[in-house]
Amino acid sequence: MTDLVCEDLSMTFVNPSTGFEVEALKDINFTLKKGELLTVLGPSGCGKTTLLNMIAGFLRPTSGKASLGGRMIDAPGVERGMVFQQGALFEWLTVSKNVDFGLRMKKADPEKIKKLVEKWLDIVGLQGFGDTPTYQLSGGMQQRVALARCLVNDPSVILMDEPLGALDALTREKMQSLILTLWKETGKTILFITHSVEEALLLGERLFVMAPRPGRIYKEYHLPFAERGLSESLRDIKQDVVFTEVREEILTMIWDMEEEIMGRG
Amino acid sequence: MVDWFSDNRGLVAALMIFSLVVLFMWALFVGWRDTVLTSKNQVFGDPQRTSGGWYWTICGASTLMLVWFYFSWGIGRAYMPSAANDMCQVAKLDEALSPIKAALPGGARYYKSTLLVARNTAQLNSIQKELLSSAFSQAEQKLLNELIEKIRSLMVISSNPKNLSVETIEKIDKLVLKLDAVSAELLSGTQGLTPTAIALAQPKWGTTHVEIPIAPITPLGILFDKGSVLASKAASLFQTIKNHAPASKVVIEELKSDITVLKNANEIGEFNGGIKAQRVAYVKSLERIFRRLDDGTIFPANSLEGINAAIARLDGAREIAQGNFQLMQALFFPGPGVVKSRTQCSEQGSARWLPKPTDVIATFLKLANPDINSGGGYKGVPLLWWEWKPIAGFVGFFVPNWIADFWPGDYARHRVDGSIELNLKDKILQFATGKIHLGSVPALHGHLWDSVFRVLVAMILGVVLGVPLGLFMGVSRFFKSFFDPLIEIYRPVPPLAWAPLILTIFGITDDGKVFLLFMVAFAIMVISARTGASGTQLSKIRASHSLGASDRQIMWNVIFPNALPEILTGIRIAIGVCWGTLVAAEILAGTTGVGFIENIARTVSDYELIWVTILIMGILGLLFDVFMRLLIKRTIPWRGQG
Ligand SMILES: Nc1ncnc2c1ncn2[C@@H]1O[C@H](COP(=O)(O)OP(=O)(O)OP(=O)(O)O)[C@@H](O)[C@H]1O
Ligand SMILES: [Mg+2]
Repeated sequence: MTDLVCEDLSMTFVNPSTGFEVEALKDINFTLKKGELLTVLGPSGCGKTTLLNMIAGFLRPTSGKASLGGRMIDAPGVERGMVFQQGALFEWLTVSKNVDFGLRMKKADPEKIKKLVEKWLDIVGLQGFGDTPTYQLSGGMQQRVALARCLVNDPSVILMDEPLGALDALTREKMQSLILTLWKETGKTILFITHSVEEALLLGERLFVMAPRPGRIYKEYHLPFAERGLSESLRDIKQDVVFTEVREEILTMIWDMEEEIMGRG
Repeated sequence: MVDWFSDNRGLVAALMIFSLVVLFMWALFVGWRDTVLTSKNQVFGDPQRTSGGWYWTICGASTLMLVWFYFSWGIGRAYMPSAANDMCQVAKLDEALSPIKAALPGGARYYKSTLLVARNTAQLNSIQKELLSSAFSQAEQKLLNELIEKIRSLMVISSNPKNLSVETIEKIDKLVLKLDAVSAELLSGTQGLTPTAIALAQPKWGTTHVEIPIAPITPLGILFDKGSVLASKAASLFQTIKNHAPASKVVIEELKSDITVLKNANEIGEFNGGIKAQRVAYVKSLERIFRRLDDGTIFPANSLEGINAAIARLDGAREIAQGNFQLMQALFFPGPGVVKSRTQCSEQGSARWLPKPTDVIATFLKLANPDINSGGGYKGVPLLWWEWKPIAGFVGFFVPNWIADFWPGDYARHRVDGSIELNLKDKILQFATGKIHLGSVPALHGHLWDSVFRVLVAMILGVVLGVPLGLFMGVSRFFKSFFDPLIEIYRPVPPLAWAPLILTIFGITDDGKVFLLFMVAFAIMVISARTGASGTQLSKIRASHSLGASDRQIMWNVIFPNALPEILTGIRIAIGVCWGTLVAAEILAGTTGVGFIENIARTVSDYELIWVTILIMGILGLLFDVFMRLLIKRTIPWRGQG
């Protein structure tokens, strides 16, 4: 099985000039099974991005280790796809050249590339936009290109750092449905970071609430809404009594953390 | 054709002025209408407000052309073709009178005598103060003080009208009469004056490179020419008037013998080195002042009033004689006008350094004419033309000769019978040195091409070597730190400061200039590529790593395109700087190139040619820049949108 395992993962940043240390993460332990969708919530600065960067292989942990399918993570790799908040598209390329970037780097067969690109543009709803330069796309469309670019590479884990943060409410809801559908259809493991409690509840099969200083997993939830979201309207789910209860609970939790930081700081 | 233009100057100028004015008005109208239409949509400060606006460009350009045409005497020359000749005659009169005027308040505020008295008195005062008791004995000091007083008394004698000699008074009266004769001549009018055939046959003003025809061709000109002949006779008389007052003779003799006594004392006396030098210097400065007073140039002020008044009358006559011509001159010949010096009349001031549009075109056409034998080009080289060049020459330039050395075997040796048979190794050497004829290709040549070629070669080298280095410096700590000293040590030095060194090393061949420009382009390209590369968004780099790209693929597919805007901007800047540096380098050393032409033109004060080279360089620089702007717009449309 290709499980994502984090053991005692810790990260301490040291300011090289002042020597001031920040414990961005401390002793993170969890196992993400294949096909699970984990959302991570937490106040700003609690180490969410740091965690994601370590799993992606961009940062080396100060202690502990992360591994995927038994292989330790020590560099970026194709099996861990990443979707960034601002898309990070290559603006000098067209939509399809962005999407097939990974395949071209692998020197895949051009025929195959063409087919795959068409398929994925279809799936994310961008058929016919293949030759459009990406700087001419709207924010939502850009995010869909980023998603397709990541998925066309067929990674086993998809890491998303607030991918919908910059979108308007309506587009955001559409993208949430899209992510759920893709998750179900492809069976990928997804680690999804968000600032929005509602989004975390809607998408997360599992949900971590993280706390800052040191960054740690504060509470874990197992939630039914993601499964339901596949068949029901997301707006209906948001009206659900259980949903609102959990939402209020988490909001209070994060609110308390923020107050504590303010009090201390 | 030039003759036709010359004969129809009025028509050509009228057409030109008319079309410029029409263009100006039309552009003004279009611009005004457009401003009214768009002003509501674009608030003050909106960047859109500066886009477009070609009509203002036309407006500005036509204004510039009109101003140029006017200030370069284009209008005056077109409609008053003989005006410069007349101005020349007036200038002759002024030149003739200038020595007299320089000595009078009419021309120089003070009498020359007044200035001399003031200067000599001031010098005597300071010399008296400096009289050294250490260098001169008590008796000598007394003598020196007396001597200074005697020199003073010379000025007193010269300034008193009672001491004027009869001869001097007569000469002054005669001069006044002569000056009045000039006035009378000027006032006698132009009736009956006709120019000579020789004068009329002179080359016309502006058709050839002869400046202004010097012999008078209009009645007014003849009048002034005649006046100037009389005036120069008066000036000669003036030079001979000296004020040798009889009363001063005795004093002068005394002073002469006193100074001789002092000089002798200096010669004979035994003084130690420093003192002797002081004594000699002191006596010398006294003698200098004495000599100035000895030559009779100081006159009593009121003795010259007559001359001063005569000059004023003459100025009045000059005004009357010129009449309307003066107004025309002020209106259509702005600037200091025409000045006569020795044997020629020349235009001065703006009229001189602002070339006439027609002259600029004529000079350009002459320069651009590829036929060297009929006087085209410059110094035996055309401006821009093509010729058949042997391919062997290029081969000899690019293929290094050591290739032949590395070929196995020996070069041929002569046999016993004296014959030589060339082997393959010899053939390769001939090939590498460009001795084997390989046919010819058409190639560009000429001054302009040489300049452009130097910039292009330097730019290509700079881009090919600078961009990769810059990109690596943008991504690698080693490259950045290792090469930083190299770039930073020579870049801050202005390129022209390197020029003398590099031109000394390489000589005046192309290599030195290309190398200098390469240095300029290289630094700019390295820095811009580096800035572009290091400015790549981290998330893009990370995304491409996650997508499985290798380091080299990221370099080529992500970092390079991301740095492209900076690189192209760098090229644009580098071309501009190279162009500027090149021209200066060509001025410093070289035998071809636009800068070379300008430099030679400078040494012979050929204003038109200087202007033509300036315009060529400006236009070419502009073309480079426009081309790069278009290129940037087409290749990186995503700029500023990412
Ligand atoms: N490169 C770094 N150097 C030093 N400190 C860092 C660095 N990156 C992050 N940190 C610190 O680590 C802590 C966690 O940062 P991180 O970016 O992971 O937070 P986050 O949870 O993603 O916040 P947000 O929700 O605002 O994105 C913060 O206190 C931050 O100051
Ligand atoms: Mg973050």
